[in-house]
Amino acid sequence: MKNVFVYCEIDEGVVADVSLELLSKGRKLANELNCKLEALVIGSKLNDVDKQISPFGVDVIHIADDEKLFPYLTLPHTTITLDVFKQEQPIVALFGATSVGRDLAPRIASSLKCGLTADCTSLVIGDHTENKTQTVYKNLLYQIRPAFGGNIIATIINPETLPQMATVREGVMKKEIVSKTYKSEIKKVNIGKLLTDADFVTKIIERHIEKQKINIKNSQIIIAGGYGVGSKENFNLLYELADLIGAEVGASRAAVDAGYVEHDRQVGQTGVTVRPKLYIACGISGAVQHRAGMDQSAQIISINSDPDAPIHNIADFTIIGEVQDIIPKMIKYYKSNTK
Amino acid sequence: MSFRIIVLAKQVPDTRNVGKDAMKADGTVNRAVLPAIFNPEDLHALEQALRIKEMLSGNAEIILLTMGPVRASEIIREAMYRGADKGYLITDRKFAGSDTLATSYTLSLGVKKLAPYHLVLCGHQAIDGDTAQVGPQTAEKLGIPQITFAEEISSVSEKKVIVKRRLERGIEVVESTIPVLITVHNSAPVCRSRNSKLLMKNKHARTVSELQEETRDYAELHTSRPYLRIEEWNAIDLAASPESLGLTGSPTKVKKIENVVFQQKESKVLSNSDRDIEGLVKELINSHIIG
Repeated sequence: MKNVFVYCEIDEGVVADVSLELLSKGRKLANELNCKLEALVIGSKLNDVDKQISPFGVDVIHIADDEKLFPYLTLPHTTITLDVFKQEQPIVALFGATSVGRDLAPRIASSLKCGLTADCTSLVIGDHTENKTQTVYKNLLYQIRPAFGGNIIATIINPETLPQMATVREGVMKKEIVSKTYKSEIKKVNIGKLLTDADFVTKIIERHIEKQKINIKNSQIIIAGGYGVGSKENFNLLYELADLIGAEVGASRAAVDAGYVEHDRQVGQTGVTVRPKLYIACGISGAVQHRAGMDQSAQIISINSDPDAPIHNIADFTIIGEVQDIIPKMIKYYKSNTK
Repeated sequence: MSFRIIVLAKQVPDTRNVGKDAMKADGTVNRAVLPAIFNPEDLHALEQALRIKEMLSGNAEIILLTMGPVRASEIIREAMYRGADKGYLITDRKFAGSDTLATSYTLSLGVKKLAPYHLVLCGHQAIDGDTAQVGPQTAEKLGIPQITFAEEISSVSEKKVIVKRRLERGIEVVESTIPVLITVHNSAPVCRSRNSKLLMKNKHARTVSELQEETRDYAELHTSRPYLRIEEWNAIDLAASPESLGLTGSPTKVKKIENVVFQQKESKVLSNSDRDIEGLVKELINSHIIG
């Protein structure tokens, strides 16, 4: 009771990366709050889910396993989550900011009449003093996120309600294994007496979901192309350089929307967040939403023919020029300097 | 029973283009300067409502419901110019400072007042709060199912609706019983523009509060054409519990706001000359970043 909870998303028996990242963050929060870390997994074919989850330092895993529970549907997942939360009374509950989490978390928060902050970029434990009453609240979860179109950073707290809920996008937190032999207690959720026909008034008729073919998140070097690359064909230059230096190719939303490159490569607020040691932005203007996904890169090079592009403000090296001109030169000089 | 579609919409400051004029000297955003617009995804929701009405050969009623200050009635008129039948403005100082929980509570009272209804549609998220929470929270308070990330409402009948959802890596088609709340994603079709006949018909639509400010006498016009009267509901009209409203009814509190100030990095500017490019490549290789 009174622990940190993470709702873990499952796809065909595999725990989603965002959930593993949140478990790692949850473990750190639980350590600071001197409590346990618990996971909630609702889905189907969950036999070895504990092996995937335990190493992240999870003390208790609640499992609801039934073929009716995958793919995700709002009502059954809500009913089960509410039941577990009412019994276990979490003080913090974290969800991935995905199509599942953004559907489920608000419904849970509404039912529990508690506070929920979406798309947090940072979660920190701290105290708060209410100015009017001088009441001191200790060890609150600070839920930090951009707002107002990305023009401000807000710190949100829920001093009076529990659980303190937050959703976080993939790639914002880091995955960290605590111990390969960490022991978790497994608690099976008895869904037989929980779910009724009322939970299944919505049915899935068709589903065409592609498996994630490309995951650029873990690449140490990313060469990203924006609308300024100009065409799908011009992206070949980026692929060529990427192959040469062992990088992955990323893109801005504008390039994806224009059809130059697939969505899996999109970096930014509605794409992935990346933290490579080198990020080369080619023909990317650098809108706030794009920067949110890459501004933690160790080194940034921006290549743009527009000298006023905002991306230059966060770059370590700025090259004013055309992508079609500069990338071939980089390829040429890389080859000649690394025989 | 007429097929009733309630569209929940919000008037928001246009945060997409916060230019230099909107930034004050101390780095804070001057909201008053930003134009107030119809939240983009709510317009997508209105378009879906209009298409459903067409699918039902016109046998449907589209009601726009919005919670906001008095000037939010502008979006009710905007909706009527595009085909909505009428609108209601939920407004009261007591609602100020509402977070998503207090907002969804208040909106759900408004929707309940319009029962029976078949569909509640709204945009997936607003461009100021960016939370995407009000839709699902309102559905929970109404005790009805929800379908989020809707790209298209493919078919509708008295008892069922079929919706295509746009998810991260593909699509899902779901069927639900009615009533149901549907949040519409920006991958859905853009809203049709104003219809000039509807504009002429509805341009004098006003709320009670607006009529008090008007110099022109609308009394006769509104008597002969009652559809021009936009009803206003306050906390008492909704029989709202005071502890669930506004700041009091908001479990989330803003502790701090910081402005995103651009830190200019020490950037080294290079030309596109061969010499500069080769120099950069060598530097990257030497520091073991590449190679």
